Amino acid sequence: MSGPGLLASVCAVIERELRIALRRRSDVMTSLIFFVIVVSLFPLGVGADPALLRTLGPGVVWVAALLACMLALARLFAADHADGTLEQLSLAPQPLMLLVLAKTTAHWLTTGLPLVVVAPLLGLQFDLGSEPLLVLIASLLLGTPTLSLIGAIGAALTLGLRGGGALLALLILPLYIPVLIFGAGAVEAVAAGLGAGAHLSLLAALFLGTLAFAPWATALALRISME
Amino acid sequence: MIAIRWFKYSSPQTFYPLAGRLTTWFGALAALLAVTGLYIGFFVAPTDFQQGEAYRIIFIHVPAAWMSMFLYLVMAMWAAIGLAWNTRLSSMMALAIAPTGAMMTFIALWTGALWGKPMWGTWWVWDARLTSELILLFLYVGFMFLHAAIDDPRRADRAAAVIAIVGAINVPIIYFSVKWWNTLHQGASVSLTRSPSMASTMLAGMLIMSLAFWMYSIAVILKRVRCVILERERNADWLREPGATA
Amino acid sequence: MLSVSNLECVRGDRSLFAGLNFSLAAGTLLAVRGANGSGKTSLLRILCGLLPPANGTITWNGTDIAEAGEEFRRNLAYLGHLNSLKDELSAVENLRLSLQVAGIAGDTQQLLAALEWSGLRERRHQACGSLSQGQRRRVALARLWLSRAQTLWILDEPFTALDVASVERTRILLETHLAAGGIVALTTHQDVAVAAPATHTVEFAP
Repeated sequence: MSGPGLLASVCAVIERELRIALRRRSDVMTSLIFFVIVVSLFPLGVGADPALLRTLGPGVVWVAALLACMLALARLFAADHADGTLEQLSLAPQPLMLLVLAKTTAHWLTTGLPLVVVAPLLGLQFDLGSEPLLVLIASLLLGTPTLSLIGAIGAALTLGLRGGGALLALLILPLYIPVLIFGAGAVEAVAAGLGAGAHLSLLAALFLGTLAFAPWATALALRISME
Repeated sequence: MIAIRWFKYSSPQTFYPLAGRLTTWFGALAALLAVTGLYIGFFVAPTDFQQGEAYRIIFIHVPAAWMSMFLYLVMAMWAAIGLAWNTRLSSMMALAIAPTGAMMTFIALWTGALWGKPMWGTWWVWDARLTSELILLFLYVGFMFLHAAIDDPRRADRAAAVIAIVGAINVPIIYFSVKWWNTLHQGASVSLTRSPSMASTMLAGMLIMSLAFWMYSIAVILKRVRCVILERERNADWLREPGATA
Repeated sequence: MLSVSNLECVRGDRSLFAGLNFSLAAGTLLAVRGANGSGKTSLLRILCGLLPPANGTITWNGTDIAEAGEEFRRNLAYLGHLNSLKDELSAVENLRLSLQVAGIAGDTQQLLAALEWSGLRERRHQACGSLSQGQRRRVALARLWLSRAQTLWILDEPFTALDVASVERTRILLETHLAAGGIVALTTHQDVAVAAPATHTVEFAP
């Protein structure tokens, strides 16, 4: 009898991650709460002048989303590495690259997607109009998967290292900058009355490029880290 | 014939003495070029029409910035070779390049700030070039810190190689996005090398200084790779003979 | 047939072993013995392809395992020190998803049979995090029971933390696999006599 194929393997990886996430809801909620707290810190830090907040809003929400994604990334491979599941993944006949993509997808579903859902509410705190809010959702929807993909490379490289979280931040925050620029830029452009088409296209391009390259780099990094 | 002799130097053992001899030559060349370049830069090149004397910092700022980007690509190349073909010396070269590259970035940033103060009254301007240099510094530091955080040298080499390659691919993307960001957020485009009519002496000075920085970098990197070789190969037989570290 | 030629392993600054040669045909048991830290686990990881050797080659049916890639891994079942079980999932869920990821066929009946064999059928819906060390090892062994179609079994200390009955069960499982033409490479501290058509021993000095 021939065994389950590639698609079944990928679905099994995603199913496993989602089941675990459901039973560890607090882990998932932590990065979401972090996101909300960081966004709330800014008005406390810069004052509550509505005009200022409206200008800062898109950037603040985006930076907070970026940091929240990064915080959650430390967890991407750590548990699997600790209990031996990662080894089994690399020994599966399926290409590690695709299994890694499955893990990253599941990770995004449990960390990135909630951010996209909550972000508009936070945008309201900064008095963003309805069109900017829509573009905020769109930009995060296109941008957060890219952040997860790039972050996976960093998570794989820093597997099991002391100083992990801070080192991970140092490695991937510079790589996040283009996504931040185009993501926040899209919302600011719309708020200023210009179109966000160019920004969103660039975000989409970044996503596709990262999708093509990052899983391969992550699989390579995982093999290196597991030696 | 030449191909065979080229591979002769691809082992740490044979490269070590070669690097030692080359360091001296490149160092001398660097000193010569630097003296020439600085002389041209500070005494021969004319006073800039708009920017006065303070513009002369570009004779250090621009070569440093060029070297910082060039060295990053060279570092990524050596790291990639070490990763693909499992050659120890290539990874050691990448490791040796990183601190010099980071220093060049640091110099570029400081000289950019020193230039900015008399020009625009602020110590920092968020123009595309300076911001990209700052990000490049982060990339260098990330490479070095990742390498330092891993105890096993081979895993460290290979992990750092991955981040170097990812960084190298991202450098043009980052530069493009920062330029985009800069043109949107700052009306007047601020250029530190705005030179529609750069005097030929200024250009000559900059090129000579760039060569000087390049020669200096090679000299320093070769010296540093000798130290890396000594550390890594400390248990090897060839280092146990007296006079081996000549 | 797994063949190893001139294998060397270097960890940190030390060469753990060098010049290792052997061939494992169908029905061969490879017993790796030696003190802790002498290189037993490293050898097994090299045989799996998790760790690249410093020197030498490993071939599976004539092809280097790095090139054979998927073909090699399809025939491989590895049980390491870690059980590769998710604490949050039950034994049944762990087995089902683990098999699906590895592309191994197994329906519910077979999962139940495996857990029955391991003596954990009553606890199959309990979260693995609440099972004892020995019970978790038995779930991992249940996965091995389901991997009988995989020719090459590489096991690192399979008998650790097991009670007498489980050790006996596992011993019989290994013997059955070997008799059916499988290949088993294992390390063990305990002297468990596993009968095999052919046995090859590698002894590591500390």
